[in-house]
Amino acid sequence: MDLFNAIIQVLDSTIRLSVPLLLACLAGLYSERAGVFDIGLEGKMLVGAFAGAAAASVFHSALIGLGMAILISVAFAMIHGFASITHRGNQIVSGVAINFIAAGSTIMLGQAWFSQGGRTPALAPGERFEAINWPGAEALRAVPILGPIYAELISGHSILVYLAFLIVPFTWWVLFRTRFGLRLRAVGENPAAVDTAGISVAWLRYRALICTGVLTGIAGAYLSMVQNGGFVKDMTAGKGYIALAALIFAKWKPVNAMFACLLFGFLDALSIRLQGTPLPVIGKVPVQFMQALPYVLTVILLAGFIGKAIPPRAGGVPYVKER
Amino acid sequence: MAQAAIELIGINKSFGAVRANRDINLEIARGTIHGIVGENGAGKSTLMSILYGFYQADSGEIRVGGKPASIKTPNDAIGLGIGMVHQHFMLVDNFSVLENVILGAESDALLKKSIAKARSELERLEREYGLEVDPDAIIEELPVGLQQRVEILKALYRGAEILILDEPTGVLTPAEADHLFRILKQLKEQGKTVVLITHKLREIMAITDKVSVMRQGTMVATRVTKETTVGELAELMVGRRVLLRVEKGEAEAGAVKLAVKNLTVKDQRGVTMVDDISFDLRAGEIVGIAGVAGNGQSELLEAISGIRRAVSGSVMLDGKPIDLTGAADPGELRDRGLAHVPEDRHHVGLVLAFEENENSILGYHDDERYLRGPFLDIDAIRNDAKDKITKYDIRPADCRLKTANFSGGNQQKIVLAREMEQDPGVLIVGQPTRGVDVGAIEFIHKRLIAMRDQGKAVLVVSVELDEIRSLSDRILVMFAGRIVGERGPEATEGELGLLMAGVEQREAAE
Repeated sequence: MDLFNAIIQVLDSTIRLSVPLLLACLAGLYSERAGVFDIGLEGKMLVGAFAGAAAASVFHSALIGLGMAILISVAFAMIHGFASITHRGNQIVSGVAINFIAAGSTIMLGQAWFSQGGRTPALAPGERFEAINWPGAEALRAVPILGPIYAELISGHSILVYLAFLIVPFTWWVLFRTRFGLRLRAVGENPAAVDTAGISVAWLRYRALICTGVLTGIAGAYLSMVQNGGFVKDMTAGKGYIALAALIFAKWKPVNAMFACLLFGFLDALSIRLQGTPLPVIGKVPVQFMQALPYVLTVILLAGFIGKAIPPRAGGVPYVKER
Repeated sequence: MAQAAIELIGINKSFGAVRANRDINLEIARGTIHGIVGENGAGKSTLMSILYGFYQADSGEIRVGGKPASIKTPNDAIGLGIGMVHQHFMLVDNFSVLENVILGAESDALLKKSIAKARSELERLEREYGLEVDPDAIIEELPVGLQQRVEILKALYRGAEILILDEPTGVLTPAEADHLFRILKQLKEQGKTVVLITHKLREIMAITDKVSVMRQGTMVATRVTKETTVGELAELMVGRRVLLRVEKGEAEAGAVKLAVKNLTVKDQRGVTMVDDISFDLRAGEIVGIAGVAGNGQSELLEAISGIRRAVSGSVMLDGKPIDLTGAADPGELRDRGLAHVPEDRHHVGLVLAFEENENSILGYHDDERYLRGPFLDIDAIRNDAKDKITKYDIRPADCRLKTANFSGGNQQKIVLAREMEQDPGVLIVGQPTRGVDVGAIEFIHKRLIAMRDQGKAVLVVSVELDEIRSLSDRILVMFAGRIVGERGPEATEGELGLLMAGVEQREAAE
């Protein structure tokens, strides 16, 4: 029974840990499917996390916090768009710049506004998104096997967790069942075809980046308002990059993205769980090794286990009308 | 006189200092096929792009159906019933035919309804114009002829009354081109107006009602097709008399210079592209390899010139083997007297960002003539480049100019000068005149024949049947990676066309 509980706990934290990855990964999916590489997911999440926590603590409202997180994150996405779509700058350079601006400005503004070493004040209960307990969760907890699964895995998460997993089928539907999705995929493959069909390439790519900004904003809000009770400097800790890896691993498909993020979340959960626990045969493993495990596996997976991942063909290339 | 479908009045367009269109006047009658010919850079494509809303004219007026029209975006053009089939297809390769057709013209925000509507509409268009395509096929799995059909369907689906085709036959087999012409004639019978941009005069003569000639950004003449000749049109295009078929004497074939035996080459996907090919190339002859693009000619050239590894087979150069399956490299082959003019001059033949003189020694830069100790001898290189510029009439005559700023024909001359001036025993040329103007074609053909007369062995690969027929002493036809026939230069186009389509081979097998 101990083992069963341990598994449930690891799976529960898998879900919690994969949510920000999943949101960032889907965010990247929108922009990369539209042909704009976005290495700035990390930075947008970070500003989202900061704006969310700051606004929530100032206005004492979780919803205002979420709104502000999305707003600021979208604003940063538009900066990326302005540099790389309107002015046809290098998308990687623009993304990296956004990451640096995000890392620096959040600490600086945090210190200037709240004077807590770059942190935002700890959020009070009404200022963060609380876990939602599903009906009967406590009552059913005693039921063997199914009880804990229902109570721990399905019930007891914040609204943002459910939202993240609902966005997966929604994204699939948008991409493959709507006019917007068709055009979005087309502009990532052959923008000239979109242009000659009489659709504005720039406006389409901007709209894709708005989707990206909204999702990274939610991801940031999740980090600072659900997972943590406030903003801590550099709290994204490379999740934006892992999300990009997951996106490649998922071959730019929404449902694959969910499984890829769950896998990365699971590795993360496992490494936390196994810290300090002696493993059979091997014995005690240094903490640092366990922490590195998800990243090591990322490299191994990307190097050899995904087969051929074909990115959107026009990805990374600014669109210029040819003579 | 039928009413004008399109009138262009006083169109001017400049790109920086280049005046692409100067005071162009053009009238295209409704229900006709109107040809526009001109050399590369004459401004044909610019003019049509203005008509399609891709660019804005600096001044001038466009009238569609007699009414002044303001065409600012392709959307405006589509709204006025103008459709365009671009030279490079504007299709999304991994989308289905249906998805490509509805892109930008979706009837509904949800795809299901749009696709259902498009499906029935496509069926109607297919019946009406004989444009059969499987609506659910994925574009990249279709042959180019069918991809082009999808482009035409796209325009018709948007209600195009005026269809502009930009160099539509460049990628087609003769049979596919004939089919296209039948479709165009059918469109004309249904009252549509067709504008055909091409540099192939034969097509103009075969299908158009009227033809307009452009030269250096101006419209120099418009003729009724029946009342003009290929010679007159060529002269109007170039501005002087041109020899369309280069004079040449009998070949005096000598010893075997290059012997290819059982050569097999695979492409990067592992598909066999060259399948057990054998042939000899002798001194003093030009052997032409004809075939529709993609039947293994490119891979054959790459293998022989040492760019691509062969899977098996042997090649002897001057009686000594080349290790094509292993370590042969282009540099070694150059040293042994095999020069190569690659098919794709932009990606393989030249570094476009380099100055002309740098490109004119590329691959031979280790030659002592261009070196002073371990350093490049810049003066020697520039003087050498200037010699070549004079000898090959490369324009502009500036060896310090960036190569990207030369026209296609002059870029090709830079590559040819570099390879020919090394005095190789064997010259392998891929697509010698792709994207090259009529005037320069004449020059290049003369040079190749001069090489032959000096006793060099020349192998020419080209998708232009006319070129193969006028240059070659022997013609080998490639289909699906094999040589399916050898013919003399007197072979008719129909005969070669059937071989290129693989028809004879199949019949022989039965």
